[in-house]
Amino acid sequence: MKKLKGFIVKEFFHIFRDYRTILILFGMPIMQIMLFGFAITNEIKNAKIAVLDHSKDELSRKLVEQISASEYFTLYANLQNVEEMKTAFEEAKIKQAIIIEKGFAENLYKTNQANIQIISDATEPNTANTLSNYTQVVIRNFQQDLNKQQQSGVMQIEAEVQMRYNEKLKGVFLFVPGLITIILMLVSAMMTSISITKEKEMGTMEILLVSPLKPFQLILAKVIPYLLLSFLNACIILILGNYVFGVPVKGNLILLLAESMLFIITALSLGIFISTRTDSQQVALMVSLMGLMLPTIMLSGFIFPIENMPLPLQVISNIIPAKWFIIIVKSIMLKGSSFIYVWKETLILLGFTTLFIGLSVKNFKIRLA
Amino acid sequence: MNNSENRPAVKVNKLTRQFGDFYAVKEITFEVNKGEIFGFLGANGAGKSTAMRMLTGLLAPSSGEATVAGYDVYKEAEKIKKNIGYMSQRFSLYEDLTVLENIKFYGGIYGLSNQQIKQKSEELVEKLNLHEVSKSLLSGLPLGWKQKLAFSVALLHDPEIIFLDEPTGGVDPVTRRQFWKLIYEASDSGITVFVTTHYMDEAEYCNRISMMVAGEIAALGSPNELKKQYGVDSMDEVFVKIARPSN
Repeated sequence: MKKLKGFIVKEFFHIFRDYRTILILFGMPIMQIMLFGFAITNEIKNAKIAVLDHSKDELSRKLVEQISASEYFTLYANLQNVEEMKTAFEEAKIKQAIIIEKGFAENLYKTNQANIQIISDATEPNTANTLSNYTQVVIRNFQQDLNKQQQSGVMQIEAEVQMRYNEKLKGVFLFVPGLITIILMLVSAMMTSISITKEKEMGTMEILLVSPLKPFQLILAKVIPYLLLSFLNACIILILGNYVFGVPVKGNLILLLAESMLFIITALSLGIFISTRTDSQQVALMVSLMGLMLPTIMLSGFIFPIENMPLPLQVISNIIPAKWFIIIVKSIMLKGSSFIYVWKETLILLGFTTLFIGLSVKNFKIRLA
Repeated sequence: MNNSENRPAVKVNKLTRQFGDFYAVKEITFEVNKGEIFGFLGANGAGKSTAMRMLTGLLAPSSGEATVAGYDVYKEAEKIKKNIGYMSQRFSLYEDLTVLENIKFYGGIYGLSNQQIKQKSEELVEKLNLHEVSKSLLSGLPLGWKQKLAFSVALLHDPEIIFLDEPTGGVDPVTRRQFWKLIYEASDSGITVFVTTHYMDEAEYCNRISMMVAGEIAALGSPNELKKQYGVDSMDEVFVKIARPSN
């Protein structure tokens, strides 16, 4: 135990004396969450729209007013004809146009039905989708208000769109679980694999192997500092997410932290595995970045929904540990799920961990044999 | 057996290491006496390092027998590790730790008590005259100092045998000479020194040497014996005579 303590102290010296390590460990998580939270967000505010109101009656004006009053939209122009709309789209002045048919109010009162056309610039499909959803919500609210005022019940259509778990479609809600995953993966897997291969590169690994230190003690001492720091990182992200962006933890915090710990161990074992296969820091870094970070970002469901991927990629996504952890974190944080809903994913992560540790031990033995 | 004064420090019998069809080390047999400076010479790839790696427990032998400090390399690797020191050609301390931190770390992994570590640190700093730099990072020290420190650190736990794998690689002759002074001091205090090198001038410093060619021991004896045997004046010529036939 004493041997281990001295070793761990030494690891902390390595970490705290290298400003690059510190930057990656603590600068990056904070920078990323700020970036994702404030700048890179798929939530849309003040999108420019135009209205082509053929009716120009009291009701249509009221609707337009309501739409442009919402924080999602800014009314760019009141159009006079379809040609103007085309030009506005082509010059990329607007993202969406709303066309109100002639006799809007009249039709509504007489036939209980009126038509509105929502035209979106679908060169950015996600934005277009989101915008049209926003518009529909505003229109539905408008209908409901109308129905309340008109006791006779002017309109029967009452479709309800519920944005579950993220009522305001806040992007940061999804980014926090994703970010925790990415950062834990990066810090745990990449940093440990680099720190272990560094010992090989420097020649100190041989000295350690010749010493009475057992290989498992060696590995343990190498990973414990990163285990602690990664855990600290997870806490920082959760706290930032909560206080700066208001992302709640609806489920059990202890369960969330325990699952994070498990994922950290999964990532650490992956890092150890990488370091048993490579001898240089450069290679370890490249393998971690290309082999781990890229698939983790692309295939974990963090940025691109897994359901929308082609089947082969969907299948591949199953072997990305991050995918399962993101499911767990989303469930616990946003839905408040308890353990019985995430035990399967937990088991899968445990499986991965066992596999990587097993492979590492095997590799380690082969090296020595 | 292990306390016996007459037991050789290293005893090797037909030790072999194969990589597939290739024999890196083929049936080498030799003994190293206590307190001796035993040189392992040969060209790069002759099998010196492989042999040393087997004796230090870094590599398992394919066949043959070997005991180090009286312990069997197959069954008692853990005990061997406690009784040997090791320094490799790649200088082996941590650049981003201070002199004292390095000493403390190595003392720690060899299980020395805090008291022992403190005492050893003071002795070492005194002996190597490192007072002024004991708290500076190693990266700022000249290579020669670092190597001397690495050697002393490898002796921190009072091992019976120290293995030096090309310890003076890439060092100027003056520093090399100073380094050998340290080796003699260690040898005088009864520590067995097992050293690999491809510098022939260093061979002269050894009590006995074994020349390896293509995985086998081609010659073994004291420098003077070998020179006499081959009728030449320097180890360089001995080496040339031995190595030529295999080319």
